[in-house]
Amino acid sequence: MIEKTKINILEELDHNNIHHPEICIEDNIVWKKPSTLIDTPMHYCPGCGHSTAHKIFMEVVEEMGIQNEIIGVAPVGCSVFAYHYMDVDMQEAAHGRACAVATGIKRVMPDKYVFTYQGDGDLAAIGTGETIHAANRGEKILVIFINNGIYGMTSGQMAPTTLPGMVSTTSPYGRDVNTMGYPLKISELIAHLPGVAYVTRQSVHKPANVTKTKKALKKALEYQKQGLGFCLVEIVSNCPSNWKMTPLESNRFVEEQMIPFYPLGDIKVPEGK
Amino acid sequence: MGELKLMKGNEALAEAMIRAGCDAYFGYPITPQSEVLEYLSKDATKRTGMVVLQAESEIAAINMIYGAAGCGRRVMTTSSSPGISLMQEGLSYIAGAELPCLLANVVRGGPGLGTIQPSQADYFQACKGGGHGDYKLIVLAPSSVQEMVDFVKLGFELAEKYRNPAMILTDGAIGQMMEKVVLFDQIERKKEFPEWATIGKKEGKERNYITSLHIQPDKMEEINIRLQNKYKEMQEKEVRYQAINLDDADYIFTGYGLAARISMKAMEIARDNGYKVGLIRPITLFPFPTKIYNEISKKLKGILDIEMNAGQMVEDVRLAVNGQTRVEFFGRMGGMIPSPEEIYEQFIKIFIEGEKNDRKD
Repeated sequence: MIEKTKINILEELDHNNIHHPEICIEDNIVWKKPSTLIDTPMHYCPGCGHSTAHKIFMEVVEEMGIQNEIIGVAPVGCSVFAYHYMDVDMQEAAHGRACAVATGIKRVMPDKYVFTYQGDGDLAAIGTGETIHAANRGEKILVIFINNGIYGMTSGQMAPTTLPGMVSTTSPYGRDVNTMGYPLKISELIAHLPGVAYVTRQSVHKPANVTKTKKALKKALEYQKQGLGFCLVEIVSNCPSNWKMTPLESNRFVEEQMIPFYPLGDIKVPEGK
Repeated sequence: MGELKLMKGNEALAEAMIRAGCDAYFGYPITPQSEVLEYLSKDATKRTGMVVLQAESEIAAINMIYGAAGCGRRVMTTSSSPGISLMQEGLSYIAGAELPCLLANVVRGGPGLGTIQPSQADYFQACKGGGHGDYKLIVLAPSSVQEMVDFVKLGFELAEKYRNPAMILTDGAIGQMMEKVVLFDQIERKKEFPEWATIGKKEGKERNYITSLHIQPDKMEEINIRLQNKYKEMQEKEVRYQAINLDDADYIFTGYGLAARISMKAMEIARDNGYKVGLIRPITLFPFPTKIYNEISKKLKGILDIEMNAGQMVEDVRLAVNGQTRVEFFGRMGGMIPSPEEIYEQFIKIFIEGEKNDRKD
């Protein structure tokens, strides 16, 4: 996952006082921080999908030119500090309540884009009620749902989305569905509600998937602008630290274990889209 | 002079909310305050454009309040005891993030599902925190339908002045009873919003974010100190109370809201019988009118605190009095309302006949 980009190489060259003006041209840039992402070190673990998700979403905000027209809600979980990175107006919600907070914002600011950025514990356990009812009311908000099957911030407990048999600190012998219940597929669950306009499941474990996820995020914001209803983009992601894997291994786990259980693709699209 | 009407407490509160230029109400039905949401659902949106939304729970309602308050809007929710318990988490976040908003708790008897009859058993919850962390609500206690109206306006003003949640602590009787009220004229909804509001990042300015999270303890302590200074300032500037017949008083009846109103009648009975009784009715329960109790208590033979609970505000009265006079308590619980005669009898029994109260304090 961590590959040296040209910019990194150029910075290294710069540090060594080696100048290659013929390389340092706009056309050669392959990685650039969007202007909507604050230039600060992130607290996310190396290889974690959150940073990629943040970046592509902020790229979408930059490309759509809506930095001044969007208000976000951060959850409780690993992305609790999302407002330290996303250079847009944001509110930090109580655990699970992001969809209610976003409802409050959207109802008094109907002309603005409103989004929540939530993990699986926040959205699919403690916040299930708020999520389902916001969806059912057809709140015109975007929910970005990071599903990595574990509680990251509290260091690796079982999540509602933890796979059957998957080991966590509170399912140390693997998730036993007989006593611990089954993983909750929240995207499928809400897709049939009439207030829901768009539900898609994507991932950020491969460059091609990153591109698809970015497109999905953009679509969702466009649908919000059109007033079509509640949009949810689920991003199947990794948690190298708590899965006790290297970043590479964790991305392999996403590919081989997570995606077969949480298949990628659109679950609901607006009529005629 | 505003419009004169005969109105039920809960409906008067709702009408005052519309007239105060409230931008949004998020609520959930619960007896004895469901009339608020019902009243607003009729034509509030048509009249002022305010948002009225029935949430899926009190938990959702208070978090919708958080979101809308974070946009600098004038927002309010109402509930009754069990529902207010569910809102405590959200209230702690609102206080921590320093968002102005107004709540009303139309208190019913507890604990648990309790009863739908009026009670004052939520004083501790309203005044001593309720949720987690060192925070305070501004707490206003109306004793009439008129004050249900007046305190909506005052509550919004105080909440916005201090960027702090405010609560109207009333009860099922005041919520349900009808009285004549003078309604203030329609106030126009605000068109400009505070600097800190999250309404979309302003061109060339830093983004705004609303949070109660400060992971570094030194920063969190700094926030706590700021909050405490704010509460101190409220204590200095915002204390409100009603005092009657203090000049010649040997005894004081005290209580808030409905209990104070009944005690006023009991005071008249005592006066008719030749006892010099006065009355102190705190209007702001936080900030509590500590000073007046402390000053007056030196010349008193005793204070009888009357509440519709097991004795909650009496703790603050005792702290204020600081042992300078005898403070006794009489209360009814579980939705029972004391009568003026009952209060007078207790006064005679405790203070005049000199019998020891059977409460072991």
